[in-house]
Amino acid sequence: MGGSVNPNLSVEIAGLKLKNPVMPASGTFGFGEEYAPFVDLNSLGAIVVKTITLEPTVGNPPPRIKETHSGLLNSIGLQNPGLEVFLRDKLTYLRQFDTPIIVNIAGRTLHEYEELAARLNGVEGVKALEVNVSCPNVKEGGIVFGTDPSMAAKVTAAVKKQTDLPVIIKLTPNVTDITEIAKAVEGAGADAISLINTLQGMAIDIEARRPSIANIVGGLSGPAIKPVALYAVYRVSQAVNLPLIGMGGIMTATDAIEFMLAGARAVAVGTANMVNPRVLMDIIEGIEDYLKDKGINDVNELIGDLKI
Amino acid sequence: MIQNIKAEILASRKIGHDIFLLKLNAPSITETAQPGQFVHIRCSETTDPLLRRPISIHDINSDGELTLIYHVKGKGTSWLSKREAGKKLDILGPIGRGFTLTENKRVALVAGGLGSIPLFFLAKKAAEKNNEVDFFIGAQSKGCLLRIDELKALNINLYIATDDGSEGFKGFITQLWEQYLKNGKVYDRAYSCGPKPQMAAFSRLAIKASLPAEVSLEENMACGIGACRGCVTTIQDSYGNKHYENVCTCGPVFDATTVCWGD
Repeated sequence: MGGSVNPNLSVEIAGLKLKNPVMPASGTFGFGEEYAPFVDLNSLGAIVVKTITLEPTVGNPPPRIKETHSGLLNSIGLQNPGLEVFLRDKLTYLRQFDTPIIVNIAGRTLHEYEELAARLNGVEGVKALEVNVSCPNVKEGGIVFGTDPSMAAKVTAAVKKQTDLPVIIKLTPNVTDITEIAKAVEGAGADAISLINTLQGMAIDIEARRPSIANIVGGLSGPAIKPVALYAVYRVSQAVNLPLIGMGGIMTATDAIEFMLAGARAVAVGTANMVNPRVLMDIIEGIEDYLKDKGINDVNELIGDLKI
Repeated sequence: MIQNIKAEILASRKIGHDIFLLKLNAPSITETAQPGQFVHIRCSETTDPLLRRPISIHDINSDGELTLIYHVKGKGTSWLSKREAGKKLDILGPIGRGFTLTENKRVALVAGGLGSIPLFFLAKKAAEKNNEVDFFIGAQSKGCLLRIDELKALNINLYIATDDGSEGFKGFITQLWEQYLKNGKVYDRAYSCGPKPQMAAFSRLAIKASLPAEVSLEENMACGIGACRGCVTTIQDSYGNKHYENVCTCGPVFDATTVCWGD
């Protein structure tokens, strides 16, 4: 035991090679620049940017967030500067790093998903698309596409037709059976799946007798949802043959390793960035230490290696 | 640039009803800290409470000491109030856009409740820059007034109002300030921090007097570094177009004429 000095940390998602299996979850890491004072962006497996829509999106009225027990309820409403500003400003900054950029996209209509995919195809630096069919906080699009297997399949096929990039579909847990959606997007040509997006939830201020967030409903993230996310990853890994990016409440390397054992090929870290801005690097180091400690030469040996 | 450091607690003590003073050794933060900026403190060793707590900067000194004063409101601040001298805290800072400082001008500072805490730092810096500083402080009652001796030691003019009349003028601090404006007191700039209705009243008075004015806002906050868009407030441009801006990095100090007080 303990024989491996430098275990292999690199993994491959649909032809996309990552230095390690750790990346930020979309929406929690801005466009990378905000975290550059704390994190070496070159050290990450990938950078997943905040959801981009075709036109600028103003987002939902405040208050938008409320902390709950070991969790965070949010209803941001996909606030972002739109595709044009993203391409001109944000992407120019991110391209200087030797880290693949995964662009998360959301449309209000099928056509908007198609146009986003088409316009991002062949753009220097963009290495994959993550398709958001699971945002619980927008009135049009978003979760509507992710809760119906045939709609999820339609979006997947439409995006695939417009791009040569690997297409990752991000699934919502707010469905009766997440494996049905996973199988539908696999059938429609998805290259990978990321899961889970936030769980729908609510908080109430009893002094004001109002919902704590203006939009009434929000998406719950953070350690409170980890067991739900882990089980969703495990079930989907049994149901499809696609590489999975697991996420939902990962705070530590131990959490990340649990997701890999459940079947994830890579992991995304969200809410934890807001608690500890260095957490992505801590998790990468923690995974490496675990592999060394166990004498494992390759992180890929962890994927789905669950003894049942 | 925002630093993420482990700062040693030099002192922590109760100075009022649920009000605590915390002194930290944080030279890398005090080096650049400006009045109106805040620090984001990890208030937990577990995941509950989860998020950091934003606390405004009350004072700094040239020895790298950072002084904060906060109200114990929930689990996070309660945890913080139990940390003793010698322990270290995980803090991010200094964060945000601070107040615009002037030189050789006449400035009014209008504070309500704990709003006087960040304005103390502003009063001190403004006095150092040869401004004539009128500091209007409102509180519920005499017992709720904080740091009065320390304020009296600054080279400023102090005006006090209390809701119950137990000290100074009886009424809101904005009513007292309005009297001075009506009696012909002239200022070059005004600043406010306090409860939203008070800052809204302050903004109306400042706009009426054509006075450049800034307010410091508070919102539920997650990342504190501008990434999550969780802490936004509604901002209106001169054409009346509304949009959302982060309180953490676009603020917490905003031009009073741009803030929408409705929500």
